[in-house]
Amino acid sequence: MKHISNWALNIAALRGASYADVRVVAQRSRSLTTKNGKVGSASDAESVGMSVRAIADGAWGFAASAELGRGAVEATAARAVEIARASARVKREDVRLAAEKPAVAEWTTPHKIDPFTIPVEKNIELLLNIDAELRFVAGITLAETNLNFNREEQWFVSSEGADIHQTKLSTGAGYAAYAFAGNEIQKRSYPNSYGGQWQNKGYELIDELKLVENAGRIAEEAVALHKADQCPEGKFDIILDSSQLGLQIHESVGHPIELDRVLGMEANFAGTSFLTLDKLRTLRYGSDLVNVVADARQEHGPGLGTFGYDDEGVAAQCTPIITNGLFTGYLSSRETAHTIGENRSGGTLRAEGWNRLPMIRMTNISLLPGEKPLSLEQLIASTDHGVLLQTNRSWSIDDKRYNFQFGCEIGWEIKNGKRARMVKNPSYSGITTEFWNSLDAICSRDEWTLWGTPNCGKGQPQQVMGTGHGAAPSRFRGVKVGAAFKS
Amino acid sequence: MLTKEQASEIFDRIKKLSTADEVEVLFSGGHFALTRFANNTIHQNVAEENYVVSVRAAFGRRTARAFTNKFDDESLRQVVRSAESLAKVQHPDPDLLPMPDSREASVIPDRTGESPVPTRAVPSRHFAATAAITPEIRADGVKKIVGVAEKHKLTTAGVFSSTESLEGIFNSRGLTDWHTQTLAEVSITMLAADSSGWQKANSPDLAKLDPLRLAEIAALKAVDSARPREIPAGKYTVILEPAAVLDIVGFMFWDYSGMAILDQRSFLTGRIGTKLFGDNITIWDDVTHPLQTGAPFDGEGVQRQRVALVENGIVKRVVYARATAERMKRSEQRDKAGPIAATGHGFALPNEMGEMPQNIVFAPVGDSQTIEQMIASTERGVLVTRLWYIREVEPFEKMLTGVTRDGTFYVENGRVQGGVRNFRLNESLIHMLSNVEAMSVPVRSCGEESFDMVVPAMKVKDFNFTEVTKF
Repeated sequence: MKHISNWALNIAALRGASYADVRVVAQRSRSLTTKNGKVGSASDAESVGMSVRAIADGAWGFAASAELGRGAVEATAARAVEIARASARVKREDVRLAAEKPAVAEWTTPHKIDPFTIPVEKNIELLLNIDAELRFVAGITLAETNLNFNREEQWFVSSEGADIHQTKLSTGAGYAAYAFAGNEIQKRSYPNSYGGQWQNKGYELIDELKLVENAGRIAEEAVALHKADQCPEGKFDIILDSSQLGLQIHESVGHPIELDRVLGMEANFAGTSFLTLDKLRTLRYGSDLVNVVADARQEHGPGLGTFGYDDEGVAAQCTPIITNGLFTGYLSSRETAHTIGENRSGGTLRAEGWNRLPMIRMTNISLLPGEKPLSLEQLIASTDHGVLLQTNRSWSIDDKRYNFQFGCEIGWEIKNGKRARMVKNPSYSGITTEFWNSLDAICSRDEWTLWGTPNCGKGQPQQVMGTGHGAAPSRFRGVKVGAAFKS
Repeated sequence: MLTKEQASEIFDRIKKLSTADEVEVLFSGGHFALTRFANNTIHQNVAEENYVVSVRAAFGRRTARAFTNKFDDESLRQVVRSAESLAKVQHPDPDLLPMPDSREASVIPDRTGESPVPTRAVPSRHFAATAAITPEIRADGVKKIVGVAEKHKLTTAGVFSSTESLEGIFNSRGLTDWHTQTLAEVSITMLAADSSGWQKANSPDLAKLDPLRLAEIAALKAVDSARPREIPAGKYTVILEPAAVLDIVGFMFWDYSGMAILDQRSFLTGRIGTKLFGDNITIWDDVTHPLQTGAPFDGEGVQRQRVALVENGIVKRVVYARATAERMKRSEQRDKAGPIAATGHGFALPNEMGEMPQNIVFAPVGDSQTIEQMIASTERGVLVTRLWYIREVEPFEKMLTGVTRDGTFYVENGRVQGGVRNFRLNESLIHMLSNVEAMSVPVRSCGEESFDMVVPAMKVKDFNFTEVTKF
């Protein structure tokens, strides 16, 4: 693939680009679903193409093509430069890139079993076994399962001399059981809602998830929710399970720390951020217990935000985002690093595919676990009166990332340190910084899970990206519960 | 752009490679370009060309699909092999139908299944001027938008995009259909220190877009909503501009599907034929409407019918793919499902969602009002430009949450009194569409929370805002 990149880089230089990089990408995916005992969809997809990102006259241009012949590649490079010159018609200042030592590297997602080597028959058998377990429970009216594998091989070459070959692999699986009765639809999902658990791993993830083993319990909970009381409304201490807390981190920490949002680049679509530049190292984001990192390194775990190098050739890094409650860092790129006084990118630029422009994306934005041993059961035992909320059902947050509201699939009222009763339709809402400052307990490492969010949307044209979020169950004091259902 | 003749030649090559009983090939793709601006400068500017071919192989009642964007012999051989390998290991699906031929796809039985109803032709949606938009034309458009921002001492962000796209289908029973269209789109946010305004519009025909007018409206919204005050959450009369209506009503159309009824995941389960909304709500799905876009055929090549979903508040029917209709006819739910027949709204097979109406048109009312008239008749209310992050809180009452954004105003004594801090809503769509006091003439509208529709502005009483945010 080097020759393809060189064709493009040569033309970009000849046309006057001061910088250019080329990504040649081959993506492969497999998606299998079942619904009520039948295969719902079964598809394989491959997409191959290349793109050129160029700076000319101090402005950006980007062009992409599925054609990899010399003529098409050179035309694409020329087009990127032409577009950059058009961009320069409406610019205030030249693009500035933070210096980066050009990397020459190979990197592959560590994995034990390539998921594409597993026979499809075996995949389908697994999903139908789960489906049967779910529908064995009387009252289940709809059972859905899914299994997804993705492989992305990328060759990144820049005019500065970077030459990186990287292969990323991800696996995802999950299921949901629905119970419709009377005027109500209740739902339970496992291991998480909206596609289950996803990680940058091979097929070994599937065995670790214990999918079949949990199906009966999940289906029974979906049915039992119909007889559960409505979650009470008012201010309560709440405990979030780790998957819900992962999404809470995503929405109320991960997005507001994206420096492109902060700088107004996403104002028309995803929005801006309350984390204006003056808040860096001055804002008490959360209580002293809150330590959040943006960590793309393999040693953080196999998250969907784990890689060797980002899509502008910057090595994976760990950036402290919240340190003992103090806001300490943004997600940055080579173009934006200087705005926060940094001389190097935080390495967070990623693209959905060969035909999309890399942009600042969350890596693995994780809340570090508590240092003292604390299990979920111990946390519940230390709570006088509250609500435990599990598994996201709805999520919404304003375009500056202040006011949020989350609904969960199931709740448990806690009284005198014990789970007292199941409650349905639990929801909670609040203001981001008030919420994180109310955190007073985090479970320890053995309760910590690195969740994958495979469906994070951002950008125009919109790009969908996988992100990682490590979290352990945590307690928040005096949170507004049930406002969604207050008439 | 890939032509129908080139696609036909690719289909012939695929057909020769295939050993399946039946084979279907879908084509999609085209040219896409987008110029993105923020802080009064172009900061992203992209263009791509890509075509995807997807092959569905069927062996008896087993089927599967594979995709590729490479059309060389080896890639086509591989995509056929993938589709066939996947299909062969499927369990037989008793509901899978043979692929439709041209006659079955173009003439659909009516609700009784007795007399065929030919579908109407769609107007041309391909405009040469839109297809010919260059980066320079987009940059000059952005420059004018930035000029408006600077005139009002504002900062602007947004996009100016252009698309030339195709959708095509060929199957081994001789069905062939092909659709090309263009689309130009402008979206503009104007930002002041503590306020913002927004407008977005698109059209297949560049000549019908007026970026300067959109920029001026967005700028005035930002200026007029400056220094927003906080008013308490509660139930208000709201005037929802068309984009805000689109943002919120879009969430219910996944439920107007025969498959959603069979799955008992639709809020219409057991409610078809009942009056759910106000007398003034009539909703069609109509791909032929002059303000609509899109291909006139579905994922199996069946022609899209014009379907009355809601008439005078009564839910009349849902849409069906071919196989869903056959399943429903055998289902215990058939007597509560309304008219049952394929309507040309199916997704490409195989899929688990079935079908969905995607060309929504709200019918005009005889006593339509302008937004200005709605404001003039409002004693105390809130004018909403746009909604954001709409999500379903409760699926059967269709309780939705979300927030207002980019131009939220307090209305008192028939006049706009200035900007207010944004609200969080928690509102049932059934409740909302039962409380519509006035509507404007429906217009083509687009937003970020749903697909494009032809919708009116609405004045709605007792709309439930539960919280206020910080800006």
